[in-house]
Amino acid sequence: MAHDVASATHGEHEPTTTGLNHRKMLMWAFLGSDCMFFGSLIATYLVYKNRSITGPMPIDVFDIPVTTVSTFVLLMSSMSMVIAYSMLTQNKMKAFRIWLGTTVILGSTFVGFQVFEFRTFANHEVKIDCAHMEDLTVLEQKVAEKCTPGVHHVEEVVPLTPRVNLFGTTFFTLTGFHGAHVTLGVIWLTSILLLSIFRPKMVTPERNLDLDLAALYWHFVDIVWIVIFTVVYLFGVFEGY
Amino acid sequence: MQETNQINSNLAHSEEEVHTGHPTALQYFKVAMILSFVTALEFLVFYFEWLGHWIIPVLTVLSVGKFALVVMYYMHLKYDAKLFTGLFFAGFGVASGVILSLMALFSWFVF
Repeated sequence: MAHDVASATHGEHEPTTTGLNHRKMLMWAFLGSDCMFFGSLIATYLVYKNRSITGPMPIDVFDIPVTTVSTFVLLMSSMSMVIAYSMLTQNKMKAFRIWLGTTVILGSTFVGFQVFEFRTFANHEVKIDCAHMEDLTVLEQKVAEKCTPGVHHVEEVVPLTPRVNLFGTTFFTLTGFHGAHVTLGVIWLTSILLLSIFRPKMVTPERNLDLDLAALYWHFVDIVWIVIFTVVYLFGVFEGY
Repeated sequence: MQETNQINSNLAHSEEEVHTGHPTALQYFKVAMILSFVTALEFLVFYFEWLGHWIIPVLTVLSVGKFALVVMYYMHLKYDAKLFTGLFFAGFGVASGVILSLMALFSWFVF
């Protein structure tokens, strides 16, 4: 009896030579290949780091507290995702929908943070107080050259876009592709949520593999962000790196 | 009778956990709390100027810890077939190799 329940909650699949579900194996193979994809983007970002000759640098634009909050949001979405999966396997459909809805909201919030960040970078403004010009970055020193006798403040819009410098190109490509992955994940999870509401027979404990695959993809974008947060953001602002 | 059904139901659930080997919702929550704590620690370490160049290995270790927790518990690799682990880490190994090779090629390790 107990075994029947256990088998049912895991979903039956056709016999395979490995004894493993082919769909799940395909998903893991895809995630392995996506690792290589993001690996190449991270490598490109790293080798071109500190090679920009103009425009804003990481230290000028990164806002670590804001990015830490967005990282926390994505980590919490991973937690709500696994709890949603756990609720589905226990046939607690109401709780499953609530936790999956929470994941969608948190994922959308993360995308919102990224849009906000991109917009802020594209409208980056350098403000210099001509009376206090200590610890200026290279970009700030350049803007500070406009400080002449009688001028107290200098402001200049120095946008960071993919076309401005190598940092902009590699940064927007890397984080843009990650954001696209998160957006795709949000669409995927939303479609499962809507199916569970309007076509309840398509989302059941017996068919939990559909959600399991989506969850694997979701956690993958989370671990990619863990790497990006450390390598691009935290290391990026660190002097001498 | 109702009590017996309840016991049978609980037994089914406990056997299910043994069969699937997946963590419970509470364990997932605990992992999330550890991940949040490590993220907060990363944020704090970032402002420890006295760490100097040691900040890189410290942040790397913290990041690897978070990565391992998500992969082992949330992605269930700790409980799933070893072949899945092989498939994933084959790609991950190639990616790491590409990153290190390119960094070496572009003189990152020349001091």
